[in-house]
Amino acid sequence: MAKVKGAIKVDVEKCKGCSLCVVVCPSKVIALAKEVNGKGYNYAYMANPEECTGCTNCAMVCPDSVIDVYRVKAQVGA
Amino acid sequence: MADINEIIKEENLVYSKSKILTDNIMSYCPGCTHGVVHKLVAEVIEEMNIQEKTIGVCPVGCSVLAYKFLNIDIQQASHGRAPAVATAVARLKPDKYVFTYQGDGDLASIGTGEIIHACNRGENIVVIFINNGIYGMTGGQMAPTSLIGMPTSTSPYGRDAKLAGNPLKITELIAQLPGTTFVTRQAAHTPAAVRKCKKAILKAFENVGNKKGTSFIEVVSTCSSGWKLSPVKSNEWMVEHMLPFYQLGDLKDE
Ligand SMILES: Cc1ncc(C[n+]2csc(CCOP(=O)(O)OP(=O)(O)O)c2C)c(N)n1
Ligand code: SF4
Ligand code: SF4
Ligand code: SF4
Ligand SMILES: [Mg+2]
Repeated sequence: MAKVKGAIKVDVEKCKGCSLCVVVCPSKVIALAKEVNGKGYNYAYMANPEECTGCTNCAMVCPDSVIDVYRVKAQVGA
Repeated sequence: MADINEIIKEENLVYSKSKILTDNIMSYCPGCTHGVVHKLVAEVIEEMNIQEKTIGVCPVGCSVLAYKFLNIDIQQASHGRAPAVATAVARLKPDKYVFTYQGDGDLASIGTGEIIHACNRGENIVVIFINNGIYGMTGGQMAPTSLIGMPTSTSPYGRDAKLAGNPLKITELIAQLPGTTFVTRQAAHTPAAVRKCKKAILKAFENVGNKKGTSFIEVVSTCSSGWKLSPVKSNEWMVEHMLPFYQLGDLKDE
């Protein structure tokens, strides 16, 4: 059975830690890091990467356009 | 289970920053709607392949630096005067896609005369109107669009209609003018709203290509700094307070 798997890549130095991506992710993948970037913002990262479907919701609402989204069809159990 | 590094590969990329956006870090506060709308304008310009044919006119407000973030020709205008400058640009260069990008302090206060007359003349331009109900850039003062009871730095106990008049639905006025062809009110706080807003911006730019007159897009927006709320709480406040008054949808589509 094929299942859609996704992943995001955040441009950490440009993220402003606004959390808008965190609250729109239907799979609760994203959290803000305890660490800060060079500007002092707690940046977004995949806290729960297994659940990402690559739906692009997070990237669409990101005001700073710092999220890239990737998606593949993966074999479940493979 | 697929390894993350197996997924994060060029050939699997399904969404990334528009090439029309520069690599400069945007000067906006965290969560600011200006950033989302810049992205949508950039995506539309990229998809229509009109980078060389687009001229933006950006007046005063937080988006005064838009020329640093959008990789297109942009002409600066003084506060409120973008529609007048855009009139000249669009008339001198009728083959270009000319748009203004204005805040509510800019468009609905100091620039009320310019916007009403440009729309009434039906100038062949797109107007993008960022309504965050406040003067963001100068420190969160009351705007004509501030809601009754809304606290701002110049109405700390909330806007009082007796003292400051009622919030102005300028988009409803604009829709009455025969020069406008498409007048709509959008938002950009959820993926669904973002998709709709982008469609509206696309239609507006296509209208310019088809010489249909003025297309006007209000985007009900947040200003977390001026509103003194977090970005997430600002979106919630917008849904609860702004959207019942500034109702979303098309007011005119001819
Ligand atoms: C002629 C003139 N008057 C006043 C100002 C001061 N000023 C700068 S930005 C601004 C208001 C901007 O508010 P808005 O258009 O809503 O933009 P926002 O920052 O909220 O996006 C004002 C009054 C100015 N720059 N020029
Ligand atoms: S929406 Fe963008 S800027 Fe905001 S926290 Fe997420 S990645 Fe960072
Ligand atoms: S792509 Fe979708 S599932 Fe993946 S992190 Fe973003 S919002 Fe969540
Ligand atoms: S002051 Fe308000 S409008 Fe200006 S950048 Fe900050 S959040 Fe955006
Ligand atoms: Mg404003």
